Amino acid sequence: MDYLSLTEARDALRRGETSSTALTQAMLDRIVALDNDLQSYLTITDELALEQAAAADQRRANGEDGPLLGIPVAIKDIISVQGVPNTAGSKILEGFIPPYDAFVVQKLKEAGAVILGKTNTDEFAMGSSTENSAYVTTRNPWDLERVPGGSSGGSATAVSAQMAFAALGTDTGGSVRQPASLCGIVGLRPTYGRISRWGVVAFASSLDQVSMFGRTVADCTALFQATAGYDPRDSTSLDVPVPDFAAGLTGDIRGLRVGVPAEYFIEGIDQEVETAVRAAIAKLQELGAKIRPISLPHTRYALPVYYLIAPAEASANLARYDGVRYGPRLPGADMIDTVKKTRALFGPEVKRRIMLGTYVLSAGYYDEYYGRALKVRTLIKQDFLNAFEQVDVIACPTSPTTAFKIGERADDPLNMYLADIFTLSVNLSASCGLSVPCGFDSKGLPIGLQLIGNTLQEATILNAAYAYEQATGWHRQVPTLTVQD
Amino acid sequence: MIDTMTQYEPIIGLEIHAELMTNSKMFCSCQVVDSVQAEPNTAVCPVCLGMPGMLPVINRRAVEYAMRVALALNCAVQQHNIFARKNYFYPDLPKAYQLTQYELPIGLRGWLDIELEDGSTKRIRVRRVHMEEDTGKLTHLDRTAVAAEEGTLVDYNRSGVPLLEIVSEPDIHSGEEARAYAMKIRQILRYLGVNAGDLEKGVFRVEPNISIRPIGTTAFGKRTELKNLNSFKSLADGTAFEIARQTEVLNSGGQVVQETRGWHDTKRITFSQRSKEEAEDYRYFPEPDLPPLAISDAWIAAVKAALPELPDAKVQRYQADYGLSAYDARVLTEEKAVAEWFETAVSLSPSSPDPKTIANWIINNLFSLMNEHKQSIDAIRVTPAGLAELLELVERRAINNNTAKEVLAAMFTSGQSAPAIVQAQGLAQVSDEGAITAVIERTLDAHPDNVAAYLGGKERLIGFFVGQVMREMRGKADPAVVNRLLAAALAARK
Repeated sequence: MDYLSLTEARDALRRGETSSTALTQAMLDRIVALDNDLQSYLTITDELALEQAAAADQRRANGEDGPLLGIPVAIKDIISVQGVPNTAGSKILEGFIPPYDAFVVQKLKEAGAVILGKTNTDEFAMGSSTENSAYVTTRNPWDLERVPGGSSGGSATAVSAQMAFAALGTDTGGSVRQPASLCGIVGLRPTYGRISRWGVVAFASSLDQVSMFGRTVADCTALFQATAGYDPRDSTSLDVPVPDFAAGLTGDIRGLRVGVPAEYFIEGIDQEVETAVRAAIAKLQELGAKIRPISLPHTRYALPVYYLIAPAEASANLARYDGVRYGPRLPGADMIDTVKKTRALFGPEVKRRIMLGTYVLSAGYYDEYYGRALKVRTLIKQDFLNAFEQVDVIACPTSPTTAFKIGERADDPLNMYLADIFTLSVNLSASCGLSVPCGFDSKGLPIGLQLIGNTLQEATILNAAYAYEQATGWHRQVPTLTVQD
Repeated sequence: MIDTMTQYEPIIGLEIHAELMTNSKMFCSCQVVDSVQAEPNTAVCPVCLGMPGMLPVINRRAVEYAMRVALALNCAVQQHNIFARKNYFYPDLPKAYQLTQYELPIGLRGWLDIELEDGSTKRIRVRRVHMEEDTGKLTHLDRTAVAAEEGTLVDYNRSGVPLLEIVSEPDIHSGEEARAYAMKIRQILRYLGVNAGDLEKGVFRVEPNISIRPIGTTAFGKRTELKNLNSFKSLADGTAFEIARQTEVLNSGGQVVQETRGWHDTKRITFSQRSKEEAEDYRYFPEPDLPPLAISDAWIAAVKAALPELPDAKVQRYQADYGLSAYDARVLTEEKAVAEWFETAVSLSPSSPDPKTIANWIINNLFSLMNEHKQSIDAIRVTPAGLAELLELVERRAINNNTAKEVLAAMFTSGQSAPAIVQAQGLAQVSDEGAITAVIERTLDAHPDNVAAYLGGKERLIGFFVGQVMREMRGKADPAVVNRLLAAALAARK
């Protein structure tokens, strides 16, 4: 069962060579064997998983089929699953059990997917290493001394170490693409509004997007296909047709116009990363793509703009966690004191961003900070719209470095923020993006190629990634992990 | 003493919060319930409880209601609407921010004419009308009041109920004007069917901003905002109190502090609640969970076309078409239900009785019955058709006016029709000249002295004879016929 991809498992199910129950049990066994070291899951929903697996097997016995029917997957612990704890990696939601399924979870359940558990995340998805989780430190399967990236590091590690066939994450500034890059798997961040945010704990509402990991482009596409679509309960969800993405994976990219932005090959980028990404671009050319240089002139403002808008929205989104209606409550002398004591459960990075966001929205500072950030965000969006008049896909690194060591950047927030420097712009604009493995550095750590597409053009970047993946086969390399007895 | 004091001019602006009577809440599908009657926390869901990952969806009906109000108050309806997050912390606000229209409200620059006590009209400008959501309600338990219980209870039934804020320009100059303006707004909201107008239940809340300045100056003085006004009388009295208080403060050399003051309904004074220094910074920013709300020309046109006739228009029409006095027209249009009742009765009586007669019957007779029985027009058993039928009996001289009043009272309590009551109680007017003549002859025979006196010149005795005849006939005789025949009979005995 090891090394089976999602699509291979699906085919095995279709041929009757295995059952969902067998696949699920194998995954649960592997989690027991490996996750003590890797720490990717916060909650393992083994009972629910086996129930769902049995139900999926029954559905298949009744003649049903579907790309995810009986496939075990993992869910980032910021996406609500009814009856299962949803902590968002925070002590302030410890023990909170949502009475509702997120839209994406409803869709997965309808598709017959099996939910293995909830995966670790930086607290409220704020971070690039998953070290900001209030619970555990997740390890990178390629080197247990290193971070998996973040904030969806639990899901990335679970998929990379084959403790799930695919997994959902969220990507607010790069939180799926960056860990995908660091863990050597595929991570897709669809266009904002392509997938409903209903039931997903909000970090920065205008930037958050449910995103997904797979070990292959096709695996990632299967999860995307099942979760995409309009939801009237999310007013920012887009009421547009959802194409058949799997059918779009032809591997033919002849004539595809690929832009290479000068601003993404900057000083400070790891040389081995640049070399691998440039080689990947050359490979795309070899496959028939037309490479042309482009410019995204406002790129250097993306990081400051992001760190004004995201904390501002977060400061409002997180103000509700007061212990009055749900979650833990630390009793104080009176009503206000109780709330103050309860709020001390927030971790340091979250507090830092709440303070930052509160400051930039304050009277007298709004225009200078938040108001100006909104204007510059429009310029960044325009950069992309201009670029997509000339090219179909933008190719660049996902992360400036490979996986860094646990603790290495923990005390240096600014350095940590740089981990997302190449991914933030996608969230600030109306683009979509993905990371696909494109090699390894001399330490054997994975490198990711980022492909960015125009609004709702996920099919274009998925097919480009698929063509590249099929031509290179990086996805066939998997981390060597010792299964403990 | 008084002469040496500065004369001040009060400057007052009103903020009115009105809950919209939609079926569901502003941003979720929870039912809007009577927050006084419903069990606490029974009309709530994850959205209006602010649970993690929940998202708002705008209630289109609430937008339509807001548009009705904006149009009725002569505002320009804004087509590009944005909700903002107003951030403040209080446990009755589940998200810790209120969604409200901040920079781009649905209605701007309207006006409203109010009638003053002297009968003149004054135009008050409306600065803005905007949509927002209501909060929940806190109840602070007091250990001394409720045995062994202490703490704060919270009820989120009201959380997320659509709320409209109507802000006037500071064009109001007295407590009475404030009352007239607020009552007129309430009247219009009720006409539009968007608000019940109940101050005590808090579905209609009025908060005046009051300042004074020396007459002849233009700069505004420091203002106070008045809260806890649970009746129109409190609004008028509280505002008047505050004007007097500020005047006294300035006249004694003090300074007015910019603050929020509460109205103490039993002591009938205002008291300081919160000073400006403690005022919060709400850190408004556009709600990212809601794209801008676009209102099309077609939608505005449709709402405008469906607006009901408003009180001022009705008053004018009643005077022009029905010949009513301005006073009667106002009385009949005060409540839309009464006006509709009146209009229905008129429509059912195409030629006679004329609208003026119907209006008189409603104002002079029906209202006193309603007062006596403490019933509103919606609750009474007399229908417009029933009144029209009754008045037609009078018009046909089937019954006389006095009998008709008795019949109306019987209709009011029994719900029976006028003909049925007339029939059952034998109240039909007698116009049969033979029958009346017989009674007249008997009456004259019984009072020979009075007949002699009458014939001797005491003509005012005619009233005595009429009374006797009417009594004999239990009030049912046609008074005109009685008069004519009586005169003839007396003449015959000369």
